[in-house]
Amino acid sequence: NLQESESENKLDGETASDSESKSEFGGSPAVPTSDDTPEVLNRALSNLSSRWKNWWVRGILTLAMITFFFIIIYLGPMVLMTIVMCVQIKCFHEIITIGYNVYHSYDLPWFRTLSWYFLLCVNYFFYGETVTDYFFTLVQREEPLRILSKYHRFISFALYLTGFCMFVLSLVKKHYRLQFYMFGWTHVTLLIVVTQSHLIIHNLFEGMIWFIVPISCVICNDIMAYMFGFFFGRTPLIKLSPKKTWEGFIGGFFATVLFGLLLSYVMSGYRCFTCPVEFNNDTNSFTVDCEPSELFQLQEYNIPLVLQSVVGWKTVQMYPFQIHSIALSTFASLIGPFGGFFASGFKRAFKIKDFANTIPGHGGIMDRFDCQYLMATFVNVYIASFIRGPNPSKLIQQFLTLRPDQQLHIFNTLKAHLVDKGMLGGLEDA
Amino acid sequence: EVDLEERLSELDLRNDSDLPDVPPPTDSTPEILKRALSGLSARWKNWWIRGILTLAMISVFFLIIYLGSFMLMLLVLSIQVKCYHEIITIGYRVYHSYDLPWFRSLSWYFLLCVNYFFYGETVADYFATFVQRREQLQFLIRYHRFISFALYLTGFCMFVLSLVKKHYRLQFYMFAWTHVTLLITVTQSHLVIQNLFEGMIWFLVPISSVICNDITAYIFGFFFGRTPLIKLSPKKTWEGFIGGFFSTVVFGFIFSYFLAQHQYFVCPVEYNSETNRFVTECEPSELFQIKKYSVPPLLQAVLGWETVNMYPFQMHSIALSTFASLIGPFGGFFASGFKRAFKIKDFADTIPGHGGIMDRFDCQYLMATFVHVYITSFIRGPNPSKLLKQLLILQPEQQLSVYKTLKSHLVEKGILQPSLKG
Repeated sequence: NLQESESENKLDGETASDSESKSEFGGSPAVPTSDDTPEVLNRALSNLSSRWKNWWVRGILTLAMITFFFIIIYLGPMVLMTIVMCVQIKCFHEIITIGYNVYHSYDLPWFRTLSWYFLLCVNYFFYGETVTDYFFTLVQREEPLRILSKYHRFISFALYLTGFCMFVLSLVKKHYRLQFYMFGWTHVTLLIVVTQSHLIIHNLFEGMIWFIVPISCVICNDIMAYMFGFFFGRTPLIKLSPKKTWEGFIGGFFATVLFGLLLSYVMSGYRCFTCPVEFNNDTNSFTVDCEPSELFQLQEYNIPLVLQSVVGWKTVQMYPFQIHSIALSTFASLIGPFGGFFASGFKRAFKIKDFANTIPGHGGIMDRFDCQYLMATFVNVYIASFIRGPNPSKLIQQFLTLRPDQQLHIFNTLKAHLVDKGMLGGLEDA
Repeated sequence: EVDLEERLSELDLRNDSDLPDVPPPTDSTPEILKRALSGLSARWKNWWIRGILTLAMISVFFLIIYLGSFMLMLLVLSIQVKCYHEIITIGYRVYHSYDLPWFRSLSWYFLLCVNYFFYGETVADYFATFVQRREQLQFLIRYHRFISFALYLTGFCMFVLSLVKKHYRLQFYMFAWTHVTLLITVTQSHLVIQNLFEGMIWFLVPISSVICNDITAYIFGFFFGRTPLIKLSPKKTWEGFIGGFFSTVVFGFIFSYFLAQHQYFVCPVEYNSETNRFVTECEPSELFQIKKYSVPPLLQAVLGWETVNMYPFQMHSIALSTFASLIGPFGGFFASGFKRAFKIKDFADTIPGHGGIMDRFDCQYLMATFVHVYITSFIRGPNPSKLLKQLLILQPEQQLSVYKTLKSHLVEKGILQPSLKG
């Protein structure tokens, strides 16, 4: 019977085990699950039944991760950047390892070296682009850095090309298809993991609040949806994740929006969260000190009539940022879960329970970050579209590299525009 | 053991004799040609077909250049869509996924999204004056990234909702296949268009160098070929490779000399909002003005001249031709490896005697990116019109402060005379 169903199903590109399994994963998983829980915890919980033990392990680790999150926020932007970098590398490693397991390609010549090399190249490219902007004065001072930044794209491209040519030269007759698969796998993983992490760092430099609020909203949505689902869950949400329910989804949505509003209110009061991160040339360290923008200054808002009867106030004092936080929380609750469904589908497609076993009770780093996927891009696009325009100092830098005739042309166009708008009088003013 | 077999079979990694479902190669040669060549033996017939089609393609190329930039843009776009279609079709065949729900609509949808994003980024800069006049376009431009992202997200969510229990792995494969294909074909084609806007010479010289390298490497290999170059493509030889390199450099050098004389090729393409056309008229930059160069003593003995009149652009053309001859072939090897991996002879049968569009363009891959990176690194700084566009989006107070900074800079440099009247 197994043979029959196997041959039938070969036409669909799936295996017999796909159809026969009722549980999430049929057949042996590609990555054997090992019990990663530290000995300490094991002994402390040895008396409880295995179900409660699992709960406790998950709960303790959740608290541990949240505490860790607070600690690194306290330690500042530099540490945060480093942590983002480490998470990125670990996620890349987890996904590539799954690729190895799926394709049994541990012995492919060169392949592991090439994956890490491409990771290095792409990171070099992105860090070069960001670092040049934020560390402009530092870069201009040091001669080698200046040359590296001036020809940055060319150097990055040359590095990438080297990797590409190495790949072509490493193609071995028996393993062509495998090698192309792994090449594709690596590039898609880079696209997902590395671009997201660099967008997170961009958001971070905009102000730590743009980093903390989105991430917290996603985490909150995860937890709240779980709780609402636990207590009130009845109608299944999507076949892909049978444990998710509509009640959890909707309850999580409202809870997250509320949480976002409150968290933003608390954080907007502190400069260290709302100011853009800048690099101070004199002290050679990061500083977060500025005049808070109008987004972070209390304003009086009229409550719409509908809510007035409910809440009992006529006006309320809020930060404009809190309105934006509603948009962020909404995205985190409504679209963020699609990132989770994507990861669930991926795990089912490749028959793995978790991405890895890094965090006891939770799985791999990627398991925790799957809903964050897309959030970083959304925040970045949101900021670029609605919050701030282009960076004026960056524009001035670019202007200074143009030819004199181009500079004159732009200057005159800008002048005409300002005169049009009435910002400049007909006479030249100082 | 059973588990391993099962796993290998589900991934299409069965032994080499297992071919995917490739339709037999169809003979798409037009009837006319067939009748004209019916007298010759099969080998010569193949040669003639290839030769005629080569000439036909080159003629079409010249015709479109004559017709202008807009037609060239359309041509590039059509080629991009056709290459994308060819690669996606191969994916369908490899994975037997014609019947996957939604998948074909989703692939085309993603192609549309990514093109929309890129066209918005490039085209909007060049059409700044056109756009300023129309309100709706201004809105689209201002929130362009947000709109593109929203469109992409819709596609992403549709993909997630379309996941069907039996076909998870297949669907993920096709999703990844689509994205890698987009990365390869769409980004390249937009870089080609950006190069084109820099000046048609930046479009013509690289493409011609690659084509020349193809042809001359073939000819040198045919007459002198002895040592095989790489196992991946057994027909390539070192003699062909090196001969092709030198011929291409010489060809690029001479071709640039002729093109650099005409404003039509040398000037950046601009959009004239009054006549609603593309114009290529300008004061040629110093790259395209003849200069006297001293011939290095080594070559003086060979050539017998002491100085030579050249365009500076010809020096750059040496860099472009070198890349086309040395690295361009790696794009070809990549495509050969790909065809062997998926056991196909050609990407498609669009061009009789040559295969698919992708077969002709595999060496162009990477060339467009190289030219673009080369231009931005060595030729010109940031794009002035893009800079202007960003300046105009700033808040009025920011604009005013930028204006003051710029003015003081220009006065300092003596480019602007300080005066009391505006």
